[in-house]
Amino acid sequence: MAGEATQQIDNSVLWGGGRSPFSVSYGKMMMWFFLISDALTFGGFLTALGFQRHHLEDVWPVTESIFYHFPGTHAHLPLIYVAFMTFILIISSVTMVLAVEAGHRMDQKSVVKWMALTVIGGAIFLGSQAWEWNTFINGSEYGAYEMADGTMARLDVDHTTHVESLVNLHSGDVITDQSIIEHVKENNMLVKGANLSRNEYGPQLYANFFFFVTGFHGTHVLSGVIINLLILIRSAQGWYEKRGHYEMVEKVGLYWHFIDLVWVFVFTFFYLI
Amino acid sequence: MERDDIIEYSLDNHHNEEQGKKIRKKIYFVTALLSVVTIVEVAMGIIWGKAHIDVDGAGWLTIKSIFIILTMLKAAYIVMTFMHLGDERKSLRNIILIPYLIFIAYLIFILLVESTFIFDLKQALGWI
Repeated sequence: MAGEATQQIDNSVLWGGGRSPFSVSYGKMMMWFFLISDALTFGGFLTALGFQRHHLEDVWPVTESIFYHFPGTHAHLPLIYVAFMTFILIISSVTMVLAVEAGHRMDQKSVVKWMALTVIGGAIFLGSQAWEWNTFINGSEYGAYEMADGTMARLDVDHTTHVESLVNLHSGDVITDQSIIEHVKENNMLVKGANLSRNEYGPQLYANFFFFVTGFHGTHVLSGVIINLLILIRSAQGWYEKRGHYEMVEKVGLYWHFIDLVWVFVFTFFYLI
Repeated sequence: MERDDIIEYSLDNHHNEEQGKKIRKKIYFVTALLSVVTIVEVAMGIIWGKAHIDVDGAGWLTIKSIFIILTMLKAAYIVMTFMHLGDERKSLRNIILIPYLIFIAYLIFILLVESTFIFDLKQALGWI
């Protein structure tokens, strides 16, 4: 989408040498360089996750047995909520690229409209993320007992007969012997929810990776929403109309698409596989 | 003074309504594609997810590979269309993508090798 130069551009905007390398402005180029370094960080996180879960494959929890909640219902709906989050982020990415396109037409009204929708999409995603964390931190209804081999077993209470049973989250084995259950309840530690030192769903590393990867991504979303909001205000005030181009929208757009890009990978490697 | 030493400078990257229509059409196409791929992924995850499938079998390996291929497809469309990298100069595209892809491929390779070794070692020691 490169076009011929039609107006004189100041040397301070251009690169020092009198022409712009790769035909991009300094700011856009540096945004790309920043995104590469950021992508390396996320790449490091996700490959480290792959490394750990590959050799802990025998005890790694099935994500669907942890994240199956949906607001307003108690039904078992694995993947649905996170799919909704993914969809929200993709749509906000689309509104962002539409804002960039409107900027190329110098259509201030459309830029403001699409940027506003992008900010709203980002905010919805952040709220969903907070809800997801809340679910994970609070854990299941009864928590789980840490067994001697390090696996976790959850106490299940039949709603009609009130008979208790212990279900091993890793192997799926069910213990119905009441004396063993009493023994476990007395001697083993009850873990409820997950944090950086306890995880009722399985290996501690699972919780740590969840908090770090989605937390690092969530921090990006938060800063992205704030930056988008600033650019939205400036577009509405007519800054870029006066400047003659909407390249700032394009630059923050790159950052916002990158956030969407990272989520595509987090979704696959954390939730699907 | 008209400067003739600036070629294809991106600040002047304006287009008219007609070109905009074409670009928007492409954006909507990519939107539909990304949505469909996501729906397919979620449907596959629900039907053939890790909870319902023999993880040691060839089936899971196929599902996993399809997930990764679909993810790469989505990533390619986001980078090339939404981030306009497909429209930038070829040299810029290459300096962004090639070093990154080589490094990450190397990292994934080395970590999988090491991880497999640790798993085998634990098995040999009888820890699992």
